[in-house]
Amino acid sequence: MSEKAESSGYKGEALSALKKAGCQVGDVIRVTSNKKTYEGILIPRSETGDSNHVVVKLKSGYNVGLHITPNTKIEKVGKGAKPSFASPELPEQKPELPKAVILSTGGTIASRVDYRTGAVRSAISASDLYGVVPELADTARVKTEIVFSIYSENLTQQHWSQLAQTAAEHIRQGADGVVIAHGTDTMAYTAAALSFALQNLPVPVILVGAQRSSDRPSSDAATNLIGAVQAATRGPFAEVGLAMHETLSDTSIVVSRGTKVRKCHTSRRDTFKPVNSTPIARVKNNEIIMLTDNYQKRDAAKNLVLKPEFSEAVALVKFHPGLDPAVIDWHVKKGCKGILLEGSGLGHVSRYCFDAISNAVKRGVVVALASQCIWGRVNMNVYDTGRDLLNLGVIPLEDMFPETALVKLMWVLGQTSDTEEAKKLLKTNIAGEFSPRTMPEEIGVDGEDADGN
Amino acid sequence: MEIDYAKIGLKVGLEIHQQLNTKTKLFCGCPPALFKEEPEITFLRRLRPTQSELGQVDPAAFFEFQKGIKIQYEANRATSCLVEMDEEPPHPLNMDALEVVLTAALMMNMQPIDEVHVMRKTVIDGSNTTGFQRTCIVASDGWIKVGEKIIPMQAASLEEDAARKTGTEDDGKTIRYRIDRLGIPLIEVATAPVIYSPMEAQEVAFAIGRILRDTGKVMRGLGTIRQDLNVSLPNGALIEIKGVQELELISKVVEYEVQRQLGLIQVREDLQKRGVKPEELKEEFIDVSEIFRHTQCKVIRKAVDKGQKVLAVKLPKFGGVLKRDLMPNFRVGTELSDRAKFWGRVGGIFHTDEMPDYGVIAEEVEALRKAAGAREEDTVVFVADTAENVQDALKAVVERAQEAIDGVPAETRTAKEDGTTRYMRPRPGAARMYPETDIPPSAITSALVEKIRLNLPEPAAKKLKRLMTEYSLNEKLAKQAVDSEYGGLFEVIVKETGVTATTVAVFLTETLKALKRDGVVVEKVTDGQIMEVFRGVGLGEIVKEAVADVFVWLSENESKSLQDAVDALGLKMFSKKELAKLVDRVIEENRQSVDQMGKKAFGMLMGIVMKEVRGKADPGLVTALLREQLK
Repeated sequence: MSEKAESSGYKGEALSALKKAGCQVGDVIRVTSNKKTYEGILIPRSETGDSNHVVVKLKSGYNVGLHITPNTKIEKVGKGAKPSFASPELPEQKPELPKAVILSTGGTIASRVDYRTGAVRSAISASDLYGVVPELADTARVKTEIVFSIYSENLTQQHWSQLAQTAAEHIRQGADGVVIAHGTDTMAYTAAALSFALQNLPVPVILVGAQRSSDRPSSDAATNLIGAVQAATRGPFAEVGLAMHETLSDTSIVVSRGTKVRKCHTSRRDTFKPVNSTPIARVKNNEIIMLTDNYQKRDAAKNLVLKPEFSEAVALVKFHPGLDPAVIDWHVKKGCKGILLEGSGLGHVSRYCFDAISNAVKRGVVVALASQCIWGRVNMNVYDTGRDLLNLGVIPLEDMFPETALVKLMWVLGQTSDTEEAKKLLKTNIAGEFSPRTMPEEIGVDGEDADGN
Repeated sequence: MEIDYAKIGLKVGLEIHQQLNTKTKLFCGCPPALFKEEPEITFLRRLRPTQSELGQVDPAAFFEFQKGIKIQYEANRATSCLVEMDEEPPHPLNMDALEVVLTAALMMNMQPIDEVHVMRKTVIDGSNTTGFQRTCIVASDGWIKVGEKIIPMQAASLEEDAARKTGTEDDGKTIRYRIDRLGIPLIEVATAPVIYSPMEAQEVAFAIGRILRDTGKVMRGLGTIRQDLNVSLPNGALIEIKGVQELELISKVVEYEVQRQLGLIQVREDLQKRGVKPEELKEEFIDVSEIFRHTQCKVIRKAVDKGQKVLAVKLPKFGGVLKRDLMPNFRVGTELSDRAKFWGRVGGIFHTDEMPDYGVIAEEVEALRKAAGAREEDTVVFVADTAENVQDALKAVVERAQEAIDGVPAETRTAKEDGTTRYMRPRPGAARMYPETDIPPSAITSALVEKIRLNLPEPAAKKLKRLMTEYSLNEKLAKQAVDSEYGGLFEVIVKETGVTATTVAVFLTETLKALKRDGVVVEKVTDGQIMEVFRGVGLGEIVKEAVADVFVWLSENESKSLQDAVDALGLKMFSKKELAKLVDRVIEENRQSVDQMGKKAFGMLMGIVMKEVRGKADPGLVTALLREQLK
């Protein structure tokens, strides 16, 4: 095996046996041990697999793992054919269709399977996208750009800035809508970040992801993407939204406000739920239905305001019974400029943390609080503990749930280093992150259960 | 007609799928059970053909996707969780199921694979919510002996069963599937295509079925085993026949398939003699709706009233061909009709070979032939449905007619209860498989193989001898017990209840067979219930003569107990006290005879008492009580 061997996932005995036989992934090989012989294509090994099995794809299509011992004989029978895939021809762009820009951050919104080796490859050029999701050709003139290629859990504030700047550039160049394909794990954080960074939007910016990978026929990726492109190019609103499945069915996609949406389930298609809010719009049967009157209107004449700076000196401290207040001290010592406390209930943190909090505030750290209940609004006037925290200088963040509150604190401290200015900005409604009224249906269960029907 | 199968070159291979009786499904914690009630949960999905690097797309799947076919899934909370709904990744492979497959594989002399890799086999007809079936090969290259012949066994795999189709809606554009069955573990074993007669196919299937049952871990009853047959003739084609549920049907299915292929070969020769060329069969469809505006034919009438279309196509020189028989109740016309149903979602087709009939009158046929420009030797096919469906249906008809000129088209067919087969779908291309990355590979260690090898169920011949010596069964009964699906249960019942082995064996083999013949759905009674009934016999709560009646009652009244059956059937036994009282009364009533005859009155008294208790007392107990009183 060549130097490329290591990237095949093989190690130890298996790797040296393959090297000795001069076999590479994709080659047709024959493995003989205990009078039993298998022949097939050498397949890459998962990096977590052990070091004494070789994986071969048999003629029947099945993969089998074969145990390699000193008595095993490996022979190379034939050279592997390189998988070839001709991208389908780019269909004619219909001039009457709106212009959509699809930015990719690393999640695979569209992919192809190489059934020969089992590899899944992402398809990301516009022509690939049309090939995999042909409906797009009738929806918009699509332009694609790969902004970065990383898992969503590896995104940081710097990536948010870059993404905001790239989106702004495309909007200024006249895109009728921007779609951002994103891994779902931290998609809601990015949605909140862009909501603060892209102000006075003339057109929508829609984040979209998939809960089932796009190589499977049941993937939600294509349906979500089509819905997102339709919302971005034809929606009457101009905000940062997040478009995903509304239910377990493939029938409707809902767009929620970037500051008010949260991933609420580890695996369901309808994992994203509006929190303390209702969805902005539903896309169903190629129609966009607005679900609220409370939204910023699309208007190409509006001048986009770009504020893409985020502070990295912000921490989230979740209160729990037995929390060691030294955690707060540690953050302050590290130079933290803002701390978001994730308090219990209406907005509480135990008294044994008061000294640490007071010390932080005295050193100019902005200390704010959101509730770990997720649903509902903090109210720190009801109990002594809340009132005492207010007196210590803790800022209550209304009905913002902790993730959005954290992102906002990062953004605020990216805009100003003045503590008082920061506190003022933190309490200002920038992108619909505060809503003055909380309605009974706004809780994380089906509406019909919520009111007992 | 006697066919020399060896001479015509028949080759059959078998693929047997059998559900495993594990505690949970293959990739989640749900019980492997079905439900009959209305679904509690429904959801609507579309499956999208994924593109392969080779650019291959399954033609049937791609067609369905283009037509906007949707799938309505049905579920309930008792039998499915988020895993079957494709809303949660699969849990690790059920190791109990893997052990059952290993057991069966070793019994078939196969070599286990060292490390099992679960694959995704693309299936996008909706029967799998994911769009693929999870499957893994566990062992390969074995053999079994059937009679004196060695049958090579290609492989044993473990896979998840699919959802079951419960109907279609919306002009065939929405297909309903129930996901209760999805995820039930299945073993699949395949033979090499070395079977040369219909009867041999059945014998091999029987032998495999017995080995699977001997593992003691497979489900029983209709729908738990499905036999797929690959049937080929040298001048015909390789036809894959799916889903033969009854073992006894296999030879018939093969016979009919041979008949069908021979019939189609005959049709080919005739068409070639008539000089029909494929290019003469054109996709030229004529709108004949006007002709049927006032028709008496109910089917066409209904369509016309709904504003749908009647379209016709001419099949030149096909006159008389469509009414030729291929199998019982199945003609060449049925071949065309099946294609039209599949590709065009229509109810069926009409053709002039069978006209006038179905309410279509001679004048209409005449007008139709004229409109289609048909001559004497031509046939006209016509269909009534929505414009789109009719177009698709007639395209499929023309395509199938063109294939008739070449003989037998290779396709996948499905078996019906009468042994005939119907078109199911085109033969899929090479299996499109890729790794199921959500499930880590499982190593089959030599220690595990040795453990299973040491605990293999005993072979049938050995078991036969043991049953004869250990339970004193005669050879016939012992053989029946070995062959029976209830062979395992037999020994458990005898050991636990103390009821005589012959009684239990006769019931589990001969009586059940007779009941089944009489239409009793024996699968409805669980092993646990059968056990309970015999426990009742052992404890003297019912007499052995009542077992069959109780069983029938339990099969008709699901999830009831022995006690319920006893109450409902009035089988409550006399208690010893009640019996003693009865005996006393009978003696009193016959005092005179008793005084005269003394102990010799026993026979007469016994007769009177037994008549009164009518099977609700143990004769032994009555004898003892009478003897006691007569002293």
